[in-house]
Amino acid sequence: MHLELRPVPDYKWQYLSPLLATMLTLLSGWLLFAWLTDAPGHALYVFFIAGISDAFGLSEWLLKATPMLLCAYGLAICYRASLWNIGAEGQLLMGALVGSAVALEFLDSESSLAIPSVILAGMTGGALWALLAGLLKFRFNTSEILTTIMLNYIAMNLLQWAVYGPLKDPGGFNFPESALFSEATLLPVLWPDTRLHVGFLFTCVVMPLTWLLLAKSFVGFQIQVAGQDPKAAVMAGYPVKRLGYVVLLISGALAGLAGAVEVIGPLGQLVPTVSPGYGYSAIIIALLGRLHPVGITLAGLLVSLLFMGAELSQIEMGLSSAIASLFQGLLLFFFLACDVLIRYRIRFSPGTVTPQPNH
Amino acid sequence: MLRFTVLPRLRWLTHRIVWLSVLMFSALANSAPLKVAFIYVHPAGESGYSYTHDQARKYVEDVFGDKIEVTVVDSVPDGADVERVLMQLARAGHKLIFPTSFGYMNAVQKVARRYPKVIFEHASGYKQARNVGTYFDRIYEGRYLSGVIAGHMSKSKQAGYVAAYPIPEVIRGINAFTLGMRSVIPDATVNVVWVNSWYDPGKEREAADSLIQQGADVLAQHTNSPASIQAAEAAGVYAVGYHSDMSRFGKNAHLTAPMHLWNDFYVKRINQVLDGSWKPESVWAGFSENMTTLAPLNPAIPPKVVAHIESLKEKIKAGAFHPFTGPVLDQQGETRVPAGTVMNDDALSKMDFYVEGVQGKLPR
Amino acid sequence: MDLDLLASLLYATFRTGTPILLVALGELICEKSGVLNLGQEGVMLMGAVTGFIVVSQFDSYALGIFTSVLTGIVMAAIFAFITLTLQANQVASGLALAIFGTGLSAFIGTDYQGQSIAGLPSLAVPHLSEISVIGPAFFQHDILVYTSLAATFLLWWNLKYARLGLILKAVGENPDAANALGLPVLKVRYLAVLFGGAMSGLAGAYVSLVYTPLWAENMTAGRGWIAVALVVFASWRISRVLLGAYLFGLASILHLVAQVFGADISPNLLAALPYAATIVVLVILSSNQTRHKLFAPLALAIPWHKSR
Repeated sequence: MHLELRPVPDYKWQYLSPLLATMLTLLSGWLLFAWLTDAPGHALYVFFIAGISDAFGLSEWLLKATPMLLCAYGLAICYRASLWNIGAEGQLLMGALVGSAVALEFLDSESSLAIPSVILAGMTGGALWALLAGLLKFRFNTSEILTTIMLNYIAMNLLQWAVYGPLKDPGGFNFPESALFSEATLLPVLWPDTRLHVGFLFTCVVMPLTWLLLAKSFVGFQIQVAGQDPKAAVMAGYPVKRLGYVVLLISGALAGLAGAVEVIGPLGQLVPTVSPGYGYSAIIIALLGRLHPVGITLAGLLVSLLFMGAELSQIEMGLSSAIASLFQGLLLFFFLACDVLIRYRIRFSPGTVTPQPNH
Repeated sequence: MLRFTVLPRLRWLTHRIVWLSVLMFSALANSAPLKVAFIYVHPAGESGYSYTHDQARKYVEDVFGDKIEVTVVDSVPDGADVERVLMQLARAGHKLIFPTSFGYMNAVQKVARRYPKVIFEHASGYKQARNVGTYFDRIYEGRYLSGVIAGHMSKSKQAGYVAAYPIPEVIRGINAFTLGMRSVIPDATVNVVWVNSWYDPGKEREAADSLIQQGADVLAQHTNSPASIQAAEAAGVYAVGYHSDMSRFGKNAHLTAPMHLWNDFYVKRINQVLDGSWKPESVWAGFSENMTTLAPLNPAIPPKVVAHIESLKEKIKAGAFHPFTGPVLDQQGETRVPAGTVMNDDALSKMDFYVEGVQGKLPR
Repeated sequence: MDLDLLASLLYATFRTGTPILLVALGELICEKSGVLNLGQEGVMLMGAVTGFIVVSQFDSYALGIFTSVLTGIVMAAIFAFITLTLQANQVASGLALAIFGTGLSAFIGTDYQGQSIAGLPSLAVPHLSEISVIGPAFFQHDILVYTSLAATFLLWWNLKYARLGLILKAVGENPDAANALGLPVLKVRYLAVLFGGAMSGLAGAYVSLVYTPLWAENMTAGRGWIAVALVVFASWRISRVLLGAYLFGLASILHLVAQVFGADISPNLLAALPYAATIVVLVILSSNQTRHKLFAPLALAIPWHKSR
């Protein structure tokens, strides 16, 4: 068996490869569950379908996907520009921190400005945190991969410092949590009787906007040229650095938005554990979705389904919680590996050995 | 006229019979097991806090057999996810849920309002409701005793304390330990290192090593991993474990460990739910109700000390002694509890100062 | 500062620096050949859990360490197949490897959480270990610390004086030219990736068998990521990797030691300091653009296929 380069990439496989990957994941999942339980089929059902088979499940599914999707759209823009921003987690946490600080100013208020202020503050917090990585990159030539990882740890410690210190609820028995935000600061519920709040609508707005920016705008074109061939971008006279800043600011603002939406959405207060790693999951989602808004949406739904499936399989079948990340890794492997078929074809040629001119 | 009154009555009677038989049938169906769920913030298998709940979970499963059906969800982080887990459990027919992390508190309140028929027993929180009770153990009683033991075993008069986060419960433990140690050595000092994590064996190990290096010859910990026991064993000093018996991680070093004992409490609560007598309560119990205890004492502890500990334990149990009996001074020398009085539960539960003898400043 | 404290700080620095050093050495070879493997954290965890399981089952440290290394190689082989044979994106595959390794290690380690083993005993070097200060600081470690130092020296010598350095450089800088010269580009890259996996597996063994002899989910707590960062930070030079690993080891314990000495700063802010310091060092190292470019393998993270 060997790989042979296709004369032209086969775009049919752009759609077939995720399907093949899904099949492989299901197959390996079936094998895994067959080993762990008596009813692999039922386990797969619990993992992938039972959780979203009613209104409650659907609303929870979309709710869980919201912060990850917001981060992932921003990351996709970054990655199209070849800026490897790993820092969505830190930007999200800063958005949550700054947003909460503002939300606490509205504790006794019924002002209709409360929600917009919190959201704006969160976006600013995230954007500034990303800007920091941008400054380090464009002023000091420091790799954004590394600085954003470090900034994640710093943001995490800053958030903890705030929630154990200045933002701690004075009436909360000294526990590390902020006061509960006022009703006026909480995002209204979108779907009655569920937790799905209007924050979900942001994803519905951001997705087409991301698509417009990347596919239809000149700035988007410039961004991608700068990402794929920086030399050509410079030659064409594109403001490469400024584009880099813009891209980082957008993705930081979106991650910050995700953080703000979490604290005034399902949480309703600032706690030390705002995010169970949404910013990291978003990286996977962005790459799984091939940096395309529609692909990202599908990938985000898939990843949040995996999280919910892991919970449900514990509740219904007593399976271990580690299975979720094991599954995520497997799935990603299959998706990445199957993409080879877009550019290469597999040749099975028994008997005929391809000439190896170099040996 | 008679017909007019009899017919409706008959109809009423038949309704009544049908209704009664439905009731009886559902009563029969009710003999289906009570569904009980436990939610842990960490993996159940580690030696820390979640492990103690899981041990008690196994105990109640043995006690009640097929009268209950138990579900466990572990590794559920504090935050937005727990609300969904709680709702999923309620929807799956669980009638009694034990969410065991403080960070679940506000989610429990929200879900309890939505599912008024489901009973929640929230560990370590302070918010009750019509269907939410709270419980925790007075682990500081054991902490105090372990401090007394440390006082007897320490030669350098210095103890080291590896702590996770500066929340009241942890501060209370540090203070109780210090008071216990200073009841034996009046000028003993306790050094605290915050590792900012409930579970990071590497950091806990380094913190323990640097405390030992600074002269501490007894360690105590309010973290989940046994790393500081291992550090003490390697350095040849003593250590006090936490949560459960950690002696297997350091046979010589491990003096004892203040332990949670949830068994009796869980059995009592499940029984109350089964017979319908459950009421929301705020339970904070210690030695007296067998909710906390000490792990078996290290044989190196002299018999005289063991006897002293036993008598103190009995006194605490009987209510004749309280670890936070005045005079309790803080670091600035200010009296926090006047002589002859005992700190009340309200002050205990929101403690935010170090007692005299603890080194360093409490982070805020 | 008294000398005993100095000795114990140095000793602790070696202990905290060693796992980072081991991973970074492997990653350096891997990156020199032009492959970026971000997944070392997952490989490390797998090495940690398998080593621990074998030791608690068979009570043989040699077998445990061997298993860890083997596991590291197998994990790296998965990554190598996906990125080298199937040409997938290296950044994404590395992240997938990290996630996969974290999940799989938690999964297979479930029954071993909170169990205890004695831990690999330390090997005092005769005579040398009795010298005051220097002895306790440098010569009372376990065999893996000495191994990591020997590996550092061997790799340094090989990169500098033997063909290995030239081959890696050719493959990592210009694979097309290397191919034209008759070098088996993919084979070299495969071997480099597998070597990286072996080192991460060894680092995992160090964490679960020596440093804190127990198994807990995620017990490496981000050390694999730090090590990957360190390679860039050290501009792909062995001597700087060595220095950087110990510097980071020192930084990560200093904030705990500072508390013992009564530093009056929030522990959260103290804990953030090593990361801030890393950024500062990165800035200093990389602000000189030309020098930075000189050391980065030119073909890093770019897939290569013969028929391209």
